[in-house]
Amino acid sequence: MEQLANIFHLGLKELRSLQRDPALLLLIIWAFTLGIITAATSMPESLHNASIAVVDEDRSPLSARLIDAFQPPYFRTPQRIELSEMDHGMDSGQYTFTLNIPPDFQRDVLAGHSPAIQLNVDATQVSMAFTGAGYIQMIGAEEVSAFLRHYRADLPQQAELAVRIAYNPNLTRSWFGSVMEVINQITMLSIILTGAALIREREHGTIEHLLVMPVTPPEIMLAKVWSMGLVVLLATALSLLLVVQGWLQVPITGSLPLFLCGALLHLFATTSMGIFIGTIARSMPADLCLSPIGCLLITS
Amino acid sequence: MSAPEAPEAPAAPVAQLQDVSLQYGKTCALNAVSLEIPAQRMVGLIGPDGVGKSSLLALIAGARKIQSGQIEVLGGDMASRDHRRQVCPHIAYMPQGLGKNLYPTLSVIENLDFFARLFGQGEAERKTRIAELLRSTGLSEFGERPAGKLSGGMKQKLGLCCALIHDPDLLILDEPTTGVDPLSRNQFWELIECIRSQRPQMSVLVATAYMEEAERFDHLLAIDEGAVLATGSPAELLQRTQCTSLEEAFIALMPEAKREGHKQLVIPPRPAGEQEIAIEARDLSMRFGDFVAVDHVEFRIERGEIFGFLGSNGCGKTTTMKMLTCLLQASSGEALLFGQTVNANDMATRKRVGYMSQSFSLYGELSVRQNLVLHAQLFHVPATEIAGRVTAMAERFSLGDVMEQLPERLPLGIRQRLSLAVAVIHKPEILILDEPTSGVDPIARDVFWQLMLDLSRNDGVTIFISTHFMNEALRCDRISLMHAGKVLDSDTPKALIAKRGLPTLEATFIAYLQDAVGEQPQQPAPEAEAPAAQSNTPKRKRFSLLRLFSYTRREALELRRDPIRGSMALLGSLLLLFIIGYGISLDVENLTYAVLDRDQTTTSHAYALNLAGSRYFIEQAPLRDYDELDRRMRSGEISLAVEIPPNFGRDLKRGAVPQIGMWLDGAMPMRAETIKGYVMGLHAGYLQELARQDSAATRSNLPNLEVRYRYNPDVESLNAMVPAVIPLLLMLIPAMLTALGVVREKELGSIINLYVTPVTRLEFLLGKQLPYIALGMLNFVLLLIAAVWVFDVPLKGSLLALLTGGLLYISCATAMGLLMSTFTRSQIAAVFGTAIVTLIPAIQFSGLIYPVASLEGFGALVGQIYPTSHFLIISRGVFSKALGFTELYSYFVALLITIPVLLALCTSLLKKQEA
Repeated sequence: MEQLANIFHLGLKELRSLQRDPALLLLIIWAFTLGIITAATSMPESLHNASIAVVDEDRSPLSARLIDAFQPPYFRTPQRIELSEMDHGMDSGQYTFTLNIPPDFQRDVLAGHSPAIQLNVDATQVSMAFTGAGYIQMIGAEEVSAFLRHYRADLPQQAELAVRIAYNPNLTRSWFGSVMEVINQITMLSIILTGAALIREREHGTIEHLLVMPVTPPEIMLAKVWSMGLVVLLATALSLLLVVQGWLQVPITGSLPLFLCGALLHLFATTSMGIFIGTIARSMPADLCLSPIGCLLITS
Repeated sequence: MSAPEAPEAPAAPVAQLQDVSLQYGKTCALNAVSLEIPAQRMVGLIGPDGVGKSSLLALIAGARKIQSGQIEVLGGDMASRDHRRQVCPHIAYMPQGLGKNLYPTLSVIENLDFFARLFGQGEAERKTRIAELLRSTGLSEFGERPAGKLSGGMKQKLGLCCALIHDPDLLILDEPTTGVDPLSRNQFWELIECIRSQRPQMSVLVATAYMEEAERFDHLLAIDEGAVLATGSPAELLQRTQCTSLEEAFIALMPEAKREGHKQLVIPPRPAGEQEIAIEARDLSMRFGDFVAVDHVEFRIERGEIFGFLGSNGCGKTTTMKMLTCLLQASSGEALLFGQTVNANDMATRKRVGYMSQSFSLYGELSVRQNLVLHAQLFHVPATEIAGRVTAMAERFSLGDVMEQLPERLPLGIRQRLSLAVAVIHKPEILILDEPTSGVDPIARDVFWQLMLDLSRNDGVTIFISTHFMNEALRCDRISLMHAGKVLDSDTPKALIAKRGLPTLEATFIAYLQDAVGEQPQQPAPEAEAPAAQSNTPKRKRFSLLRLFSYTRREALELRRDPIRGSMALLGSLLLLFIIGYGISLDVENLTYAVLDRDQTTTSHAYALNLAGSRYFIEQAPLRDYDELDRRMRSGEISLAVEIPPNFGRDLKRGAVPQIGMWLDGAMPMRAETIKGYVMGLHAGYLQELARQDSAATRSNLPNLEVRYRYNPDVESLNAMVPAVIPLLLMLIPAMLTALGVVREKELGSIINLYVTPVTRLEFLLGKQLPYIALGMLNFVLLLIAAVWVFDVPLKGSLLALLTGGLLYISCATAMGLLMSTFTRSQIAAVFGTAIVTLIPAIQFSGLIYPVASLEGFGALVGQIYPTSHFLIISRGVFSKALGFTELYSYFVALLITIPVLLALCTSLLKKQEA
């Protein structure tokens, strides 16, 4: 009973200390509002503004039509370049894609030959390479067929592809990004808050004071775990309701209490980790260096 | 200690202050001070801690910026930068704190060498000067010992050597003997006398909190609350106040309001008769590795006794107290409280003990009342009694007016009373107080003692107190003299003095110390004047490589002696490379999918096979209906479902353009986007294949799109990520280390050497930067080795170009660190700030994940100028694209321009004086 009372009183003390620490309060507020909003909205589409250059050696209506088909927001307006500029542009990362339309392309197409178009992809840009190549292939095929429809009737066999996306029909990045970021912030803050709570005591020498009192180390630790966990949990709930659902208009289809239960378990693990880091790290900077590494280890 | 005779005609004052004021935020450190400091004298500043002595000295030394008023030192205005640069080689400043301006990991000689280089002395001159200084201070034997492992007295001697290395005309010492044992203190002052007799033209300005010491100075300035109370020789001050000791004189000089209610402290005798033993130490020892902190200490303290531990800093007082309070486990021997061995798990005994640690250690974020209540609760005072107990404490310790305030804002004297109140709120029978009165003014100290006497005599509380003030020790019932972990003797103060037959306790303690050390203080040998003092009129060079390398050498030595920092940097970056290289994989592979085939013809099978042939997809059992599709996608079993409509084969042949449906799991948009790209590519490939097969019947005419994945034909995430992560790590870690390197000096106080020595800002910055560039290059090479041999990432281009680029880039990164360090004050802020300034642009805007060419607005602007973008292109170019100098030269130029721009920014932002 006395132990529970100790844990309770020490936890209250932590909450009071936090209340008087404007830097940490600001960090919490930032993490659960602006931090989530920026992370959610700034997450770019994987194919967004992809830079593409075209070497047009044909200069026919068909090649022009093809070039015009690459439009924002997926692609930047295509740059027309000479063949000689192509390698340098790709080497310096200026263009992620270059399309090489051969001479007499239109004539060959109309004549029923199968001329080859070369698409060069900078495969060091892993995030765009596949997606972009897929889009370009589709766009190319569509444009040529549409062009041909004006001239010929005996088209080859065609099948259409209808892509439907479940759960997030428009693939809105913020739906995923905001929730991911909430989880990241839970991890980061719970580690930093508990670690900081312990190290603050050590730096001010108050931990010694506690240890000569009839208080055991586990009580000190548990007090920090419950108080900081509570702060993060409250902030999470508010952030999900007000920021994610309210501001970012992300529909939460599942059960919020269930999410919070999961978060609670997660918090117990991460706050304990914060304490662990706090006990190894002798100083605040060391703690702060270790925490991100810890966060990275968990999240990745 | 007769001072050298003052010259007949006193020279012009060495320093003159006119209406000097200084504010720290809202507190006023100096309030319109005007005074003159006579030349060629030993001038003492006396007063308790926190009254502005240190600020005054820092202003005179030029280490702190003048806020208002005028200060003339050595015949010139200290507000002028030119004058400061001119006189700074003639002033030596030793800041407060044991060895504050020294570097603890460097040896004695290395420390001296560092300072000698800063003052531009040649090698031969340095050697003779260092040897002589060491000989005259008796430090010769300890030349190789790290400064951090010297005793307090030796540290102060070394500090003095460092200050004297360039023959200053004005020597400024800020509390040089605080916390040093009386023997060393005595030796220190003898040393100063000796130096003064050799260089009579030198003026010495000393601040001290020990009033006894002040009696040997020529001229005194008594200071309290930022104002001068009185000036004059010690004899004059005593005469003016009609007092016998300077301490009493100081109290007499203090304003009426503060003295109100102060009366001479009278110590009532203890009631006679044998009492039970409250605290007992039997053969108590504590070892930390090889170091013996407490060496077989024994004592017995009776109930109600005030027992004092007298000794210098680091002699084992605090360690003994920590063993009594279970904070440390004794290596051998035992400590007993009330006849019971101290046991960390014994909660009952803890409730009978109150403890007050050396520094103020209550919760600054809780109000006075909250602190009292919290401690009462933790000691399990019954809830009903807490309110009454708190009120009683407030009354007894006169805290009534400040109950709702935060302790941080209270004066030191009141904070000490609060600490004591907290320590006794649970009515303990034993009080353990570790230097409770250091830094408190004499009046507040007397009030504090009155409270302790009250507790001891009226409540029968046993008090165990440590101190380094002789006059406090005299008030104890019994004392132990402690030195280097050993108790030299213990008895009542009077008995100890009588035993030795010396007049004062200080002399008695010194006699004991001399017995313990076993030798007479080494008489400083009279020495010849320093060799042809060419450094007295050195050419004042604006930029000196000697000074620059002095800093480089020192920083490199410190880095080498602190293996944790270096290896954290190297191992940390390798670890991060592994985590990020493997962790942030953009490969989307092994996608599970299932087919809902409502056609079941050979054509539809062929379409499904087309998917199954891809290395990215893994087929699961086919779907039977929409419900199943829904269920299996929801459970995460499949991330893609393909629906082939009825009559697909027939419609295709008829040319009716049938529609194939694809359902994607959109919960992770990035992944869904990539899957979409895959299936679109596969579908287009299927159509091309279809067209080719048909060419027998109808003529094929769709163009053939040949996709060439350049630089990374298999589009492997690892091959693309590793060359991109290396620039990220080489920005983050060197920048952070460099920033910490400078900010650490700010926190430890050795930054003062930048303020008071001739080193310029650029020399300081470049000097600090060089070792970190070297460390960064080592780090770079390690990362390259890991990339090529562990990750098997092919290095296709010119290694020389990559290394050159790395060198330039690391210079940029360390300069970024320097830039951050110029405007952060604490290591925490430096780490946070550097992380934000390096990580966000390096990850978001430099083309690590999204090419710079695809960025817009602010991000694009940052991406174009941030050094990581340039080095990322170099790194990817050399690793994946087989490029060299000729193709990439423009990016080298960009980096080359960035370095001087960053350094110029740092130089203009760095302060050569404390604000």
